[in-house]
Amino acid sequence: MKNKITKNNLITYGIVLAFYIIVEILMMTGALSSHMKGLLVPMTYYAIIAVALNLCVGILGELSIGHCGFMCIGAFTSAFFSRATENSIPTVPRFIIAFIIGIAFAALFGFLIGIPVLRLKGDYLAIVTLAFGEIIKNVINSFYIGIDGKGLHFSMKDSMSLGMEADGDIIVNGAMGITGTPHNANFTIGVVVLLISLFVVQNLVNSRDGRAIMAIRDNYIAAEATGINITGYKMMAFTISAAIAGAAGVLFSHNITTLTASSQYFGYNASIMILVYVVLGGIGNIRGSVIAACVLYLLPELLRGLNTYRMLIYSIVLIVMMIVNWSPKIIEWRKRTFGRVSFRRAKEVA
Amino acid sequence: MALLDVNNLSISFGGLRAVDNFNISIEKGELYGLIGPNGAGKTTVFNLLTGVYKPNEGIIRLDGEDITRKSTIEINHAGIARTFQNIRLFKNMSVIDNVKVGLSEHFKYSALEGILHLGRFSKVEKEMDAEAMRLLKVFDLDAERDTLAANLPYGKQRKLEIARAMATGPKLLLLDEPAAGMNPNETKELMDTIALVRREFDMTILLIEHDMKLVSGICEKLTVLNFGRVLCQGETKEVLANPEVITAYLGE
Ligand SMILES: Nc1ncnc2c1ncn2[C@@H]1O[C@H](COP(=O)(O)OP(=O)(O)OP(=O)(O)O)[C@@H](O)[C@H]1O
Ligand SMILES: [Mg+2]
Repeated sequence: MKNKITKNNLITYGIVLAFYIIVEILMMTGALSSHMKGLLVPMTYYAIIAVALNLCVGILGELSIGHCGFMCIGAFTSAFFSRATENSIPTVPRFIIAFIIGIAFAALFGFLIGIPVLRLKGDYLAIVTLAFGEIIKNVINSFYIGIDGKGLHFSMKDSMSLGMEADGDIIVNGAMGITGTPHNANFTIGVVVLLISLFVVQNLVNSRDGRAIMAIRDNYIAAEATGINITGYKMMAFTISAAIAGAAGVLFSHNITTLTASSQYFGYNASIMILVYVVLGGIGNIRGSVIAACVLYLLPELLRGLNTYRMLIYSIVLIVMMIVNWSPKIIEWRKRTFGRVSFRRAKEVA
Repeated sequence: MALLDVNNLSISFGGLRAVDNFNISIEKGELYGLIGPNGAGKTTVFNLLTGVYKPNEGIIRLDGEDITRKSTIEINHAGIARTFQNIRLFKNMSVIDNVKVGLSEHFKYSALEGILHLGRFSKVEKEMDAEAMRLLKVFDLDAERDTLAANLPYGKQRKLEIARAMATGPKLLLLDEPAAGMNPNETKELMDTIALVRREFDMTILLIEHDMKLVSGICEKLTVLNFGRVLCQGETKEVLANPEVITAYLGE
């Protein structure tokens, strides 16, 4: 079993790597249009946040419908740092620190939201995360932060009230957001962060803590009676999930010229879209989330040419994925095919 | 000193006194039966002992330690493990993982080691696997180690629940109607399993049961509960011969 799990994890990394290599080859041979190239980084951050959400929904069994809020936190905190230190820290260490900052702040917010909510039994997390996702956008939209010779200026009214000197630089400009964050993200970095996220989540699932988390999901009354610290493990899983969503946010903000806390990217609809990736990829199936996120993100973009049929094809794909990942018969068939492979292996060893 | 010592335990739900002035004293190594008609308050006693409900009055002592106001988790760590009347397994996890959840408290490594699969991880996981397999063998579940708990036949699910409880290393094991829903063959096998657990682990067991044959066959002592009150308490033979017990429970 241990080996089967390891093998299963390796297959996931293998799929990501193979896809990466194919894309790199296509890029080198000039087969990818610039439109296509522009989709690559978003594809990685959507895959990453889908993995994060699956940890929350599929492994922990708590519904979050505001996960893009954590991505928003990661995006803004890291972009602020990168813009503020653009001229004082070299690119590589700056981008690494930006990741640490984005991840840490998203994790902090996950932790803070978790403290009151996760000790409750019931679907409260869904309601609170929904509210959080909406509130955080509006709060960020009213922030004005600038830097000048005298230091940091902060206001929640408008940019004039910052009272900046002539040499000052407005970094966060209310609803206009952060402009000019360095474009440090690229496809390779996105894939690396995705692989790290997969590594963290898949290893967690196959560890002592991961088993405790899944035990809570399956039956919290029994988990409690078995001595599992329910609140502690819920906090742990949710905080890690928020942290990974924050990492997706760092990629997001370092891949866009003007970062605004808009509904299109961070609102309710965006969070639901991630949830669709997770559900259609199979709840609790980490690899499925990656594949679903990539396919479902790319598909509408690739179908742009076929304007009339675009949504039709998209819905057919949604239905097919639903059947493939949820029909008991097909799941069984997949297991059998997979099982036969490992059975043959076992005989060879014996 | 008794392993479990319960004094004047009471709880009310609204106007209903579900458990009223309940006393019990269980010596180490005993196999003790708790019987009574439907709704007598037997499961409620278990929920009080494990901290699921907090009593209105009374004291619960385990091995001399007052555990009355402790949480379910703390009580498990103090040494009480249980099974449930309606089986509660971790259904989407494998048989061995169900047991390994029970072992969590005794085989530790840090979260970071778990996420990186470094440090103590491999060594401790190996020890956990060995210990889990040892337990599964006792319950004759070792062949099903990788089966999802939900896919086990009913009788084996009951056994797995006991195995998981045993994995937490309890001093006292509470079994809530372990034979419910079993056919005579499975019940017979279960009785053997319970006897085996006693021998193998030197375990003290408190057992709720409806099946009179099972109770009279293996329990040394009985407490009969009726409408939340203790009707009769003592050696199995004497209790079963008590006319009050016969009218209240056996006679119906
Ligand atoms: N949480 C609760 N809230 C209100 N009433 C409760 C609660 N738990 C139990 N009761 C009531 O307490 C009484 C005793 O219930 P309990 O489940 O302990 O009975 P039991 O002896 O285990 O019965 P059975 O043999 O049917 O399992 C019942 O009348 C039940 O309805
Ligand atoms: Mg009961």
